[in-house]
Amino acid sequence: MTIPPLFKIALRAIMRNKLRSFLTVLGIVIGVGAVIAMVSIGQGAKVMVEKQLESLGTNVLIIIPISTTHSATRGTTGTITLTAEDVLAIKKECRAVSYVSPGIRTSTQVVYGNMNWTTFVSGVGPDYQIVRNWHLVSGRFFNEQDINIMAKVCILGQTVATNLFGASDPVDKWVRVNNVPFKVIGVLSTKGQSPTGQDQDDLVLMPYTTVQRKIMGVTYIGVALASSVSAEARFEAIEQITSLLRQRHHLKLNEENDFSVISQVEFASTIMETSHTMTVLLGSIASVSLIVGGIGIMNIMLVSTTERTKEIGIRMAIGAREKDILFQFLTEATVLSSIGGVVGVIFGIVLSKSVSYFGSWPSLLSPPSIAIAFFFSNMIGIFFGYYPARKASRLNPIDALRYE
Amino acid sequence: MQNIVLLETVYKIYTMGEVDVTALNGISLTIKKGEFVAVMGASGSGKSTLMNILGCLDSPTRGKYYLEGIEASQLSKNELANIRNKKIGFVFQSFNLLSRTTVLENIELPLIYNKRISKIDTDRVHQIMKILGLEEFQKHYTNQLSGGQQQRVAIARAIINNPTLLLADEPTGNLDSVTSMEVMNVFCDLNNKMGITIVLVTHENDIAKYARRFIVLKDGKVLSDTPSQSTASDISQIPCETIS
Ligand SMILES: Nc1ncnc2c1ncn2[C@@H]1O[C@H](COP(=O)(O)OP(=O)(O)OP(=O)(O)O)[C@@H](O)[C@H]1O
Ligand SMILES: [Mg+2]
Repeated sequence: MTIPPLFKIALRAIMRNKLRSFLTVLGIVIGVGAVIAMVSIGQGAKVMVEKQLESLGTNVLIIIPISTTHSATRGTTGTITLTAEDVLAIKKECRAVSYVSPGIRTSTQVVYGNMNWTTFVSGVGPDYQIVRNWHLVSGRFFNEQDINIMAKVCILGQTVATNLFGASDPVDKWVRVNNVPFKVIGVLSTKGQSPTGQDQDDLVLMPYTTVQRKIMGVTYIGVALASSVSAEARFEAIEQITSLLRQRHHLKLNEENDFSVISQVEFASTIMETSHTMTVLLGSIASVSLIVGGIGIMNIMLVSTTERTKEIGIRMAIGAREKDILFQFLTEATVLSSIGGVVGVIFGIVLSKSVSYFGSWPSLLSPPSIAIAFFFSNMIGIFFGYYPARKASRLNPIDALRYE
Repeated sequence: MQNIVLLETVYKIYTMGEVDVTALNGISLTIKKGEFVAVMGASGSGKSTLMNILGCLDSPTRGKYYLEGIEASQLSKNELANIRNKKIGFVFQSFNLLSRTTVLENIELPLIYNKRISKIDTDRVHQIMKILGLEEFQKHYTNQLSGGQQQRVAIARAIINNPTLLLADEPTGNLDSVTSMEVMNVFCDLNNKMGITIVLVTHENDIAKYARRFIVLKDGKVLSDTPSQSTASDISQIPCETIS
């Protein structure tokens, strides 16, 4: 028997039991859809981390005022151990470090006219622009003078600029923070979402001295960002920073660090590993549902071949060979599963798009994962359809004909 | 004349748990080309069992069956399927048509399973439908037809591949007497005009008299095997339709 009649017979059998076919296909749709959605969400996270890593540069180091071993018990004492003087000392004494900037952050409301926007204000130094690789779309960055005089100036992230100023240029306008006027001296270019789905453009930069004194009234800093002279020098830089800070913090030999120096590369690759593990895990969980869908097909095909024993007998009596019957039911199972595959691909795409849209979670549809999911849905049809089809084809013609 | 069927001491024994049922008890038989044979006998005498073996639907427990000189009892399942497709037409008491499938599709079905045919010969299909008066029903579903019409579809399907042997197991068993006569006229014509060899099982003498040879079975053995004396005159009384 050639291909067209096989398909005709299969489609007719499927259409004869619409509800049953629909429910069977649904199992595959959910399976394929889940695989595609889960993998694309995992992939999305991975790609975001990769992008982040590129934009951050491979030589960025983060210094935080708590020991990693004690990070779970984030004590209040920990936060005051890192100061702007530490940062200045690093800049002066660590030869493997080329740029370093303090960082201190607080959440606050920024007002312009009758518009207001709640965001993070980050106090940073002049090196911050280079370390974090920020670009300006207009205006200028802070200089030493701004730091020294605690200038009431600020630089707006794209999100803040858009929300307060719309399309007009904020440079040289005045905004209010805590009722204090600040002059906008620059606007940052867009960076987009971070790997954790945060909007990196939703921030306001100010000189760190300004944030410490004028806004928060503190003397410590929350973080220091440094860049080593080269990617290879980052380990050397970590060592230099560690020994300098230990010395400055008067730590005895048996005392643990009260700070941590983390390399951005190692940090990002940890996240990347995690997100990879997540992709695999999510994908495997979703694959289980695909297999469950396959078992559904097998179940229905077994019922179907039993119900149609008489039909099989008739076909055999007029000359259908074992192969013809085998292919007839195999085609039926495969048609069911590929319909499920096609609908499942669409469902999966819609699902991952809506997860990233409504859940603001990055997702990336990877064509290979779609192709693999579709391919597997067909394989599942063949695999789970084979046993019932073979069982049907092995029937004895006369027994099949007598079946009522 | 050429032997179409040659049976040599054929046994069919069914094992039902502990008990063996001997359905065919050493039957030897030859049927020549163009014969019209009626098989009769009491219920349970082994008629259907014999037909199933002749039709290659079942194989004998012992003994040999030659169909056109080929030993069918030696063939593989695939080869048997091929024989059923090309050399044998089988008409059942209960029609055995595919339901919710059109008349046309039922008739074409053996052609689909015929490896030698790449394209369905629609002329032949229409000619066969015309012979059996089915043209107007070709788009009807078989479950919407009367018993007589259904049996005519079954006959059309049986002869579409131009078989050497047409087997019919009580083809009129589910039909009233008028429809039975119609169907028998068809068989009679197929034998007379197209020279198809026919073996037909029946309980009724009225039906059997269309044949030209009578085989009576009893307990799985041939009780009598007689040519019909009155056949010629009987047949001449029957208004056979002309076959184009
Ligand atoms: N599949 C089977 N399993 C066991 N025994 C069977 C089977 N088919 C037939 N028989 C037995 O074989 C014997 C012959 O049966 P068969 O069907 O050939 O009779 P028959 O002459 O066609 O009868 P009827 O006129 O009632 O159709 C019977 O005793 C029957 O019980
Ligand atoms: Mg019988």
